Amino acid sequence: MTSEGIGARVLRKEDKRFITGNGNYTDDVKLPRMGYAAFVRSPHAHAKVRSIKTDAALAMPGVDAVLNGHQLVADGIGNIICGWMIHSKDGSPMNMGQWRALESETVRFVGQAVAVVVADTLQQAMDAAEAVEVDYEELPVIVDSRDALKEGAPQLHPEAPGNLIFDWEIGEEAATNAAFDSAKTIVSMDIDNNRLVPNPMEPRSAVASFDAAEEHYTLYTTSQNPHVARLVLSAFYNVAPEHKLRVIAPDVGGGFGSKIYIYPEEIACLWASKRVGRPVKWTSDRTEAFLTDAHGRDHHSTAEMALDENNRITGLRVNTLANLGAYMSLFSSSVPTYLYATLLSGQYNIPNIYANVKTVYTNTTPVDAYRGAGRPEATYVIERMMETAARQIGMDPADFRRLNFVTEFPHQTPVIMCYDAGDYDASLNAAMKAIDYAGFASRRAQSEANGKLRGIGMSCYIEACGIAPSQAVGSLGAGVGLWESAEVRVNPVGTIEVLTGSHSHGQGHETTFSQLIAERFGLPTDNVAIVHGDTDKVQFGMGTYGSRSGAVGMSAIVKALDKVEDKAKRIAAHLMEASEGDIEIENGELKVAGTDKKLSFTEIALAAYTAHNLPEGMEPGLKESAFYDPTNFTFPAGTHICEVEIDPDTGKVEVVNFVAADDFGTIINPMIVEGQVHGGLVQGIGQALLENAAYDEDGQLLSASYMDYTMPRADDVPSFKLETTVTECPGNPLGMKGCGEAGAIGSPPAVINAITDALGVEDFAMPASPSRVWQALQQKGMKEAAE
Amino acid sequence: MGQVTMTVNGKTVSGTVEDRTLLSTFIRENLALTGTHVGCDTSQCGACLVHVDGKAVKSCTMLAAQANGGAVTTIEGVGTPAELHPVQKAFKENHGLQCGFCTPGMIMSAIDMINRLGPNLDEDTIRHELEGNICRCTGYHNIVKAIKQASEEMADVLEAAE
Ligand code: FES
Ligand code: FES
Repeated sequence: MTSEGIGARVLRKEDKRFITGNGNYTDDVKLPRMGYAAFVRSPHAHAKVRSIKTDAALAMPGVDAVLNGHQLVADGIGNIICGWMIHSKDGSPMNMGQWRALESETVRFVGQAVAVVVADTLQQAMDAAEAVEVDYEELPVIVDSRDALKEGAPQLHPEAPGNLIFDWEIGEEAATNAAFDSAKTIVSMDIDNNRLVPNPMEPRSAVASFDAAEEHYTLYTTSQNPHVARLVLSAFYNVAPEHKLRVIAPDVGGGFGSKIYIYPEEIACLWASKRVGRPVKWTSDRTEAFLTDAHGRDHHSTAEMALDENNRITGLRVNTLANLGAYMSLFSSSVPTYLYATLLSGQYNIPNIYANVKTVYTNTTPVDAYRGAGRPEATYVIERMMETAARQIGMDPADFRRLNFVTEFPHQTPVIMCYDAGDYDASLNAAMKAIDYAGFASRRAQSEANGKLRGIGMSCYIEACGIAPSQAVGSLGAGVGLWESAEVRVNPVGTIEVLTGSHSHGQGHETTFSQLIAERFGLPTDNVAIVHGDTDKVQFGMGTYGSRSGAVGMSAIVKALDKVEDKAKRIAAHLMEASEGDIEIENGELKVAGTDKKLSFTEIALAAYTAHNLPEGMEPGLKESAFYDPTNFTFPAGTHICEVEIDPDTGKVEVVNFVAADDFGTIINPMIVEGQVHGGLVQGIGQALLENAAYDEDGQLLSASYMDYTMPRADDVPSFKLETTVTECPGNPLGMKGCGEAGAIGSPPAVINAITDALGVEDFAMPASPSRVWQALQQKGMKEAAE
Repeated sequence: MGQVTMTVNGKTVSGTVEDRTLLSTFIRENLALTGTHVGCDTSQCGACLVHVDGKAVKSCTMLAAQANGGAVTTIEGVGTPAELHPVQKAFKENHGLQCGFCTPGMIMSAIDMINRLGPNLDEDTIRHELEGNICRCTGYHNIVKAIKQASEEMADVLEAAE
């Protein structure tokens, strides 16, 4: 390898354009004759649309058209679908309500699009959208999922009686109940996971154009998976057949899940671009982003844990109610089921698990995958339970966890997953050492002397990444395969283009993927270009989410590189009259082992393209492609430990120390991996301390701007101490597990475990804002005084 | 509609704008300088930060007309890919960016911070001063490191000049 190969902290190739203002995001795209779209949105959470009057708007300057849902349906645009079929425990399929890109009959959440205006300028479009008169008849509203199943609750969708989407179960109920019958100790808790808004800093955007002569559409859009977008737009929304639709996701400013889905606005812009005969651009403002980007989490659970006389866990029973919002978003059904309940075993040996998950409709923004997607919810349940159980039985939380760790691999859990490799003791030890766990008591005493409360809390998380294999996820209801593709094109002068179906929106693929080529061929990363995000360039791909681009995306590149290497070696052997098995590749040269004969990679590439002297029967060129379908999920795991200090006078919680010790398997670029962890940790700490999507009883989103939704800022969080332990993943050629979500998965329970430790209370609901912490302290003070 | 003229990155530019046109819109749409980003509508995120007459300004909170006659510096005027400003360089060297969307605003904010408060900034000061800039990707850890490094390097530059 070179100094740029696997494990090197190579600085990012993509940075130069971003730090100089030369990035190319969707909203930077301008096309000739482009018009601007503005959406008319429902101000009500639930209402019948009686009429839409457009005359005044149409008469305004610069306005091309005001389009509504009737026209959309008449043009044959299909309903928005959920791509993962879940069956209830009685075998019935999930109850999916009808969702149209523009709704003309019944609106079901504040911000739902009813009509779209296209005009010459954005201001004209916005002014005209204000002038569209929609007559609504307000209907009763459900906001809280716990109200949705109540008798007499308003009915949201005719397809979903009682607002129930599905009632699903996993695990053995009878065996789990038996474990509880013979338990020495039972621990039970109500555990909520607060609703969050993903908030990538770049708002969603779409620029759609239609070429009437070719009957061909082009869509620039903020997507984590442009090929999936094209597939869905084509196969389900009937916008155009795939070969007549090009989707380009240029630089994308963060996604965190929220840019996986195909939203009404992209569909409407494509459709409108044909209708009005000009390119159409729409860019979300932040308020629209709060109202319409898919939200995350929003679970209410009750959990019970059974322990035997040796404090070993014998059973876990969980009931979860998940709020999916007003409509089923693309992967919404998989999040509280296969991405959640399958991880309820945590890092522990739990022989019996049973979980029941009910999902319901409410008059709120649709909920789907947000960084971690189901796994943060599972980790929060299990790690809050572990902490509470340890306190209840009077054991040190670390010892209690250690006693119950899975230590032998492979380990089959009772909830589908088969953990392939890990060393949970190692990450726990590394984290405890890094935070000086033993020294906590004296730090606490010091804080007390300063009039502050100090607490420590840990979380030993496990997650599943690189969701796969396709056949298995297909049998569980997935509508797509979850493989990845890659193509490696060696140019005649020996530079390389790697085309990947993965998509980078901050993850640094241009650098990490190039390092793989540096490792394999000893070529400098500067000689490599990574091509992604354009359905005309890359044949197909599943995109980037679920921390899959290393474990799945890079594995596909490895497979293609194997083929390139094989052909290059055959050419080299032929040219140097050696046997193929004697050819070695090193520092950009192909050598005959044990001799001084060698040819440069460039010479081989050129020979492949001139084709003057190739082995008998060999095709010219040096270009190979591969599809890679993983054999299993990967299982990143680790320990996060958080130390907080609370000012009892203000209720402000300060994270004074935070350690993350993670096992991500093989790491290509530690610098980039650390960055992923930092970002994930702050999103998790944000959930625990600051962030909350709150609705009032009428279904108005109260936290719909940065004034009301508390995004973590630089002085809300500390610098982090990161440790790495490594067990290689046996399931893929590089041994990678994935690192993109771990920070957001492991950190929330660590923070809350630290806060409950500091406050001396059993539970504290997220987010632990100063006013709520202060109130809790007052109540506790009053209670203690009364006792 | 009115005519505005200003200096942007050292060049005199003018354009016709509505009274309500924001400076951020003028920069992005009229001048096609798309390095200045818009991340919110409540002047909270700082993605749109530029310098006007040497002071950091959120360009979404200023009308284009208010900048008439002024001197504006955007991210494009700070350094070039071939010749990076020390703050730009420090962001790259410390992995102070991921998706890059907040980055221009962060860099403009950091330059302003170092200009105002002098070199050798400590972590607390940097974190406090970043109050007006939101990043969703980096968790701020490496942004803080980058600004610290840049502020130290700029101290060296100043010392060497003395
Ligand atoms: S766009 Fe100006 S502060 Fe957010
Ligand atoms: S780098 Fe993405 S928002 Fe800061």
